[in-house]
Amino acid sequence: MARIERQKRIIDFTLSSLLRRKGKNLALIAAYSWIVFLLASVLFITEAIRREAGLVLQDAPEIIVQRLVAGRQESIPVAYGEKIKTITGVRSVKGRLWGYYYDPTNGANYTLVVEEDRLKEAGRVIIGEGVARNVVGESYGTMPFVGYDGAYYFFEVAETLPADSSLVAADLIIVSATDFRALFGIAESLVTDIVVEVRNPREFETIAAKIKAMLPDTRPVLRDEILRTYDTLFDWRGGLIVIILLGSLMAFIIFAWDKATGLSAEEKREIGILKALGWETADVLMIKFWEGATVSLLAFFNGVLLAYAHVFLTESSLFEPVLKGWSVLYPRFALTPYINAYQLWALFFLTVVPYTVATIIPSWRAAIIDPDSVMRT
Amino acid sequence: MIRLHHIRKVFNQGKPSEFTAINGIDLRIDVGKITVLKGPSGSGKTTLLSLIGCMARPTSGRIFLQDREITSLPERFLTTIRRSTFGFMFQQFNLIKGLTVLENVMLPAYPTDSGYSELKHRALHLLETFSLSHKSSAKIEWLSGGEAQRVTIARALVNEPSILIADEPTAHLDTKLSKTFMEIMTRLNQEGTSILIASHDPMVFAHEAIDRIIEMRDGKMVPTGAAA
Amino acid sequence: MIIQPAIVALFIGSGLVCLMLLFAIYYGAIILRRWDLHSGSEQQLVLERRTYLISTLVTYAFAFQLIAAFLFIYTTDHLHSLFIGAMCAAGTLNVNVWGYPTVLLKVFNCIAAGLWLILNVADNRAHDYPLIRIKYGLLLLLSPFFFAEFLLQGAYFLGLEPDVITSCCGSLFSSEREDIVAGLTGLPRIPMQWVYHGALAMTLAAGIYLLRTHRGAIAFGALSLAAFLVAIAAIISFISLYIYELPTHHCPFCILQREYHYIGYALYATLLLGTIAGLGAGVLHPCRSIKSLAATLPGMQRQLVIAAITAFAGFGGITTYCILTSRLSFS
Repeated sequence: MARIERQKRIIDFTLSSLLRRKGKNLALIAAYSWIVFLLASVLFITEAIRREAGLVLQDAPEIIVQRLVAGRQESIPVAYGEKIKTITGVRSVKGRLWGYYYDPTNGANYTLVVEEDRLKEAGRVIIGEGVARNVVGESYGTMPFVGYDGAYYFFEVAETLPADSSLVAADLIIVSATDFRALFGIAESLVTDIVVEVRNPREFETIAAKIKAMLPDTRPVLRDEILRTYDTLFDWRGGLIVIILLGSLMAFIIFAWDKATGLSAEEKREIGILKALGWETADVLMIKFWEGATVSLLAFFNGVLLAYAHVFLTESSLFEPVLKGWSVLYPRFALTPYINAYQLWALFFLTVVPYTVATIIPSWRAAIIDPDSVMRT
Repeated sequence: MIRLHHIRKVFNQGKPSEFTAINGIDLRIDVGKITVLKGPSGSGKTTLLSLIGCMARPTSGRIFLQDREITSLPERFLTTIRRSTFGFMFQQFNLIKGLTVLENVMLPAYPTDSGYSELKHRALHLLETFSLSHKSSAKIEWLSGGEAQRVTIARALVNEPSILIADEPTAHLDTKLSKTFMEIMTRLNQEGTSILIASHDPMVFAHEAIDRIIEMRDGKMVPTGAAA
Repeated sequence: MIIQPAIVALFIGSGLVCLMLLFAIYYGAIILRRWDLHSGSEQQLVLERRTYLISTLVTYAFAFQLIAAFLFIYTTDHLHSLFIGAMCAAGTLNVNVWGYPTVLLKVFNCIAAGLWLILNVADNRAHDYPLIRIKYGLLLLLSPFFFAEFLLQGAYFLGLEPDVITSCCGSLFSSEREDIVAGLTGLPRIPMQWVYHGALAMTLAAGIYLLRTHRGAIAFGALSLAAFLVAIAAIISFISLYIYELPTHHCPFCILQREYHYIGYALYATLLLGTIAGLGAGVLHPCRSIKSLAATLPGMQRQLVIAAITAFAGFGGITTYCILTSRLSFS
């Protein structure tokens, strides 16, 4: 108990001594918070986008079979699907039609898909929120398309997809199969790729191998692989930005070191008085520890809260273009707030640990001031 | 009782600026007395005071406090002994600005294990003895010279030391305050505290309550040091 | 190689720990060479003041080491989605040969640093620095393990190649890996339960015996270490099964996740504390013959034994609770 009392008094003293040097400490905390803010923003965005992509892909098919011609993806014959169906363990096979459409008037790329259960009728489209906001504008009602042969098509906008479902749906346009084939000149016998459903999840890889053996010009892609690729991509981007930010971290650490080393005459005198009055080196080190802990805690909280607000409340952000970087079509897009202990610990090692290490030696130097120094001056 | 055996203190050893502050002192200081170290500045009074007060260690020689040798104790233990045995007053008041009177008085006890309420009680009691109760929550900057001086005495007493050490306590005081200071010292001595003062102020060493004067010059004791 | 914020953080953390230890052993070596307690020279005072710096550096290094160990596991868990067949940290660690050695070294270093700090505190309680040579000699001896950890961890992360889609190949060319979780089934469950409960009971009994009779400190230290090893094996062998409520999931890392209420942190924290305190009590025992420590050491040992008993009892309590409340039962 006595020891706790003693710590409490030392903390009390530390806080009041921090308050007595507001100016110096505020500058330090501001710089510190800024560094935490930058790094926390990167961490929060990457993780949130990663999760978002994962959620979207949750409903994606387990195996997609593509056809490769000269190393490039081509349309795949519907007949391939019939062959795949004969493999034991395959529950269902479905051909898909989808592609990208470049709209010269807006300079944007849309994703065109056929979803038979949502839209069968020819001449109509369902559009994503991004398309509706940026493209249709005043001419809401019909949408012009230019076909592969230069012919014009006008499709009636039947429906706009709600904005909540994030990233992937924003640039989406759902068209009917007939219109899709007409627009891109795809024969009845071809589809873009084939989706395969498998009964037993453990057989994904075996079945993929069988498909590859049976139809050597195809490439089966597993959903898990797509997820992996996204994960790596976002982790990689986050990591790179963190490495770039290490420069700023370094600058801050030098600043902190400088602040810690350059004790003012007043501070030196104070520590001298304490030591003369019977404070021990370890007690002064304790003050310095609590000082560092207080500054770090404040800066950490500030930085994290600001980063949270930055990433999840204000959608306009500093890094979004770099981190998302998929298409010009995602100007507005709120991430689901998500923070976990893991990110905070990583952040701790990126900021608090270097700061603490930088201040150990200066703190010690301050703590070993001779007790009789006040008598000698 | 404090005993010093062949004490030497050298600063900047081995460097061109080497300088011997104390050069072979044997001394015995008894309890319950007021002792004054007298001598011009640079004579080694302050250094000797810091050696006796466990603030620094001698280059050679041995120091005994009661019967315990404290010469080569690590600072950690010296500090503990110092805290419980000595109370210090300095040439400057050396109060910490921005803290209140009460906080300043309690400061030497912060690193000890005594409980807060007991400590506060002790500090308030001391402030009362020096008629400073009304100033206890005032900031140090607003005190008069006399008040500040009494705060430093209270601060020196907060850990209930058996020996008070004062280095040139009257250097910045006018005659009246110097006189009050010596009155307080006399009273404390009568209550049982040993007092050790380094001073070259006649107000101090010529005071009637002084039991012993040790005269110093060039880091040595002047042999004719006589009792008053 | 994978670049990822937490990996960068771990590199920085481990690098800084090494840097701090380098400083510490540099000053420690100087102290070993020039130490002379009976000298009143300024040099000796400088050396004594450096002992504060070394203590501070090692204390921080230990704290960071401990947190980094958990962050490391967390990171490997986070990365599991990048590797085929990896379901959690256990799989990711098996991606190359450096993973598990890194974890083991991290645990060893945590315990070593903890023991060093206990010696340091004991030494600081005596007025003549009786352990100073042992202390800094040990520091010199131990620091290579921390440097090795930095290198192993580096080799591990640099050697991670995620199985991702590349331009020419799909799943077929991704190498298949052995599922480590399957390999970690550990020891047979029922004998293991007996061994585990026996080891824990013996350790607790030895601790209480030590508190009462002041005898058997070294045995208690040895038992603490044994209890640590047995407890780890027990976590893999059967405690994890009850926590996951799955008869085949043996992973010692998934218990650190939110789904299991972070129960792993409580388990590993109590286990590490018990082991370090118990070993510490044993290690300090021979030092009781040093005159200047004879007065303070028994008190300190007592505190360590109490801490160890409390921690081990806590560990036992948590595991028993998990087993009793588990919906898994082997009938």
